[in-house]
Amino acid sequence: MPPLIKRLGRFVVGHLDQPLLTFMLLLMITGLLVLYSAANGNWARVNGQMLNMLVALGVLWVFANIPPHYLMRLSVPVYVVGLVLLLGVALFGQVVNGARRWLDLGVTRIQPSELMKIAAPLMLAWYFDRYEATLRLKNYVIAALLLLMPVGLIVRQPDLGTAVLIFASGCYVIFLAGLSWKIIAGLAIAGAASLPVLWSVLHDYQRQRVLTLLDPSQDPLGAGYHTIQSTIAVGSGGLAGKGWLSGSQTHLDFIPERTTDFIFAVYSEEFGLIGNGILLVLFLLVIARAATIAAQAPTLYARLLGGAITLTFFTYAFVNMGMVSGILPVVGVPLPLISYGGTSLVTICLGFGILMSIHTHKKLVQT
Amino acid sequence: MSELNISPGVELRDAERELHNFRVRLGVASTLVLVMFGLLFARFCYLQLVMHDHYHTLAEANRISILPIVPNRGIIVDRKGVVLATNYSAYTLEITPSKVESLDNTIEELATLVEITPRDRRRFKKLLEESKRFESLPIRTRLSDEEIARFAANRYRFPGVDVRARLFREYPQGELFSHVIGHIGRISQKDLDRLEGDGRVSNYRGTDYIGKTGLEYSYEQHLHGTTGVEQVEVDSGGRAVRSLSRTPPISGSNLVLKLDARLQEMVYRAFGDRRGALVAIDPATGGVLAFVSKPGFDPNLFVDGIDPQNWNELNTSLDKPMVNRALNGTYPPGSTFKPFMALAALFHGKRTPGQAISDPGFFNFGGHHFRDDKVGGHGLVDMYKSIVQSCDTYYYQLAADMQIDLISSFMGMFGFGSRTGIDISGESEGVLPSREWKRKRFKKPEQQKWYAGETISIGIGQGYNSYTPLQLAGATATLANDGVMFRPHIVDYVENVHSRERTLIEPKPLRTLDIKKEHIAVVKHGMVGVNKEGTGARAFAGAPYTHAGKTGTAQVFSLKGDKYVENRISERLRDHALFIAYAPSDKPTIALAVVVENGGFGARAAAPIARQVFDYWLLGKEPAKPARDDEGATDAPPH
Repeated sequence: MPPLIKRLGRFVVGHLDQPLLTFMLLLMITGLLVLYSAANGNWARVNGQMLNMLVALGVLWVFANIPPHYLMRLSVPVYVVGLVLLLGVALFGQVVNGARRWLDLGVTRIQPSELMKIAAPLMLAWYFDRYEATLRLKNYVIAALLLLMPVGLIVRQPDLGTAVLIFASGCYVIFLAGLSWKIIAGLAIAGAASLPVLWSVLHDYQRQRVLTLLDPSQDPLGAGYHTIQSTIAVGSGGLAGKGWLSGSQTHLDFIPERTTDFIFAVYSEEFGLIGNGILLVLFLLVIARAATIAAQAPTLYARLLGGAITLTFFTYAFVNMGMVSGILPVVGVPLPLISYGGTSLVTICLGFGILMSIHTHKKLVQT
Repeated sequence: MSELNISPGVELRDAERELHNFRVRLGVASTLVLVMFGLLFARFCYLQLVMHDHYHTLAEANRISILPIVPNRGIIVDRKGVVLATNYSAYTLEITPSKVESLDNTIEELATLVEITPRDRRRFKKLLEESKRFESLPIRTRLSDEEIARFAANRYRFPGVDVRARLFREYPQGELFSHVIGHIGRISQKDLDRLEGDGRVSNYRGTDYIGKTGLEYSYEQHLHGTTGVEQVEVDSGGRAVRSLSRTPPISGSNLVLKLDARLQEMVYRAFGDRRGALVAIDPATGGVLAFVSKPGFDPNLFVDGIDPQNWNELNTSLDKPMVNRALNGTYPPGSTFKPFMALAALFHGKRTPGQAISDPGFFNFGGHHFRDDKVGGHGLVDMYKSIVQSCDTYYYQLAADMQIDLISSFMGMFGFGSRTGIDISGESEGVLPSREWKRKRFKKPEQQKWYAGETISIGIGQGYNSYTPLQLAGATATLANDGVMFRPHIVDYVENVHSRERTLIEPKPLRTLDIKKEHIAVVKHGMVGVNKEGTGARAFAGAPYTHAGKTGTAQVFSLKGDKYVENRISERLRDHALFIAYAPSDKPTIALAVVVENGGFGARAAAPIARQVFDYWLLGKEPAKPARDDEGATDAPPH
């Protein structure tokens, strides 16, 4: 019997990384606490999120058990399918809330841009791994094109938040693959120069968001309202916060989307600067552990993928907190592992599942 | 790090350099992460330390709140304007749990100022379990002026406790209408989900109550009204300081019913302590004149949340007061089924009115004796006599001749076994026995088959037959109305409070049955005979109007071979007494069905109630004294 239990135990936790999982769970529990307050004590919301978490952790477990070389073989097909679906959205997609993001497959409705969040780094990591020995500038250009195709399609939907995240994740792969510093510097200068061009292709509402970021009071009842109210919430929290369930901004209905994209405003108001510091540390712990795993990965593919997942996670957190505290424009990016909603939770956990797989399958590759 | 010990050379050095490069890049990225998080933290410090006072003031001061104004719920009156459900405004003492440090202490201290009964505490505890911490919950309702004054003087001691003026629902007639009017109750999560599904949830902002049963439930959309909106400036505690703009609410519409409150009350009293149901319908419109289910319960208990003790009492009572017997109680119709059987026989040409059988007192089918109630039988029996004397043998034989398929298809036309579509929801279907019903009802193949022997007792309204009093009343009304069938409805019209505009609940003829007038006339003649010289004659002796009826007795407990002796059987196993009737017999204005549970013989227990209803409806006469169970009837009349 004992050996059987031992084997069963190894089957369950064998491919999980304990430190990473612990930090993640701490964030998720924090998320549930904040959600309970943000939803005004509505247990249905909290229970729903717990269910989301169970599903996401299931996905994490499954991907942790898929060896990286299997994943590598899937990279290209997944990317191609994702790209085809994005094209499908552009041609036959459903318009919801003024944006064409959904594709109706008859059985179910999917949002292919969500798939691309994983598919794009998979593809780029695969590409660099393939040409590992002979990397030249040409390869970086091709990689950039592979990235810009889906990003362009998603910007057109329009879904700026998702596009930024995918673009960032691809850039991380290219950066980690060793794009020369000179070119990076050149691109930075060119980028700054092309800002006016970028400005001209932005949608009106996207421009509005950038403008109101610079001066929220310009449009206090429209686009600036989110930023004004969330900034008040954060600022009025003070050093120690107003206490759990006692945020007046939150509970008098002043914070919009307070269980999803703006949940950090609720947290910040109720737990103050001390709470914010603790949250930042928790995020840093997750990032540090994930970066360590990436640094120890045995193959270029695994390293690039792991590094990109780590940095994308950081980007989620940074963009969200930056937008709530009023230093970044309001783009629809949830706070990872904290915000209510199943989709982003599953995507994040899927990424960390891959990281755990990279870590726990390492020995098999080396020997 | 790398422990590769394969041939050292260029490749290995490349791999090492590559790993090194990667780590440098990752290191740069990690530094970037730290810098960015540092930037965020700096921003937080700026907002939460440097600018804290500024934002604190903003959070406390700048508040424009949009408040809902709850509309008045429509009232419900009977056909003569007697109020059955209304609202009263009262002051309540309310606690917002999230703003109170110790609930128990607060309640204890409040109890020194205003009276708080154990029932109030229990109810509050239950409310607390069901609601959110930010909701304001009533601990006491209907405060007296003196109590308000006393609390106001001590108000500073009670943060999180407020006096509010609220509208409350009241049902002045109490349990009389508990099953028709139903009641409202606090909005539950389930109600919310439903409202959200209909897109009505915003109209319920600020509303605490919603119709839960009866008309309060089925006419919720009419009764509720449209919520108004007020923009106010509020202080940091959320209290309104001044009003900025206001869109008034639109009150809910009133319901005017077909029901007659006096009639309802009379019926209720006529039942005495007995359980049962009565439904009276105007055959020409389908309007429901009385709708009684005994026992009832006091719907006022539910209005501000029922306390657990009363709730348990209502739920565990052997009499099941919460069950709407008229709508959901299903009973075998017994001999009240016979007029419809006779009509089915004429319709299908299985009998002529004059065709007589000889009744030996039993019917033999497949070696089994189906007994008639009268020992030795009724002699020569034609259709008229079969109805008047309620001869079982006649209908045993008729059922055997007709077979189940013809019976069930004919009875289906009269609405037996299907919902009548009355305007309160949750109606039961009952059971109209048929081959198809049996196939669906049972699992084992040998049980799914219909046996010819089962048809015999169907003929006298026993066997699988099981119908609601409402269905029975509906069928009687259809018969009285010569086959024109109306959808029963309780509400006469809905009245808009503002414009006084009336929306009639149109009497809808559901269908006109394709039955020959002369066939109906034969059966009606038989039913007149029942009240003149048959089983209903005693109850209707001396009535100065024309009338028709049919008694019925439904077996609850099957006796194997023994003779039924009432006194030997415990009360709850006694037969149910039934009676269907209409009057005046030439141009009916009222048709009814009454069931007295465990009442024994229909003629004795049920028919006298019908007599009182007709006396009141046609003559305006009210009974001199409450009906008594054992009135008259010392001999055992046939059922």
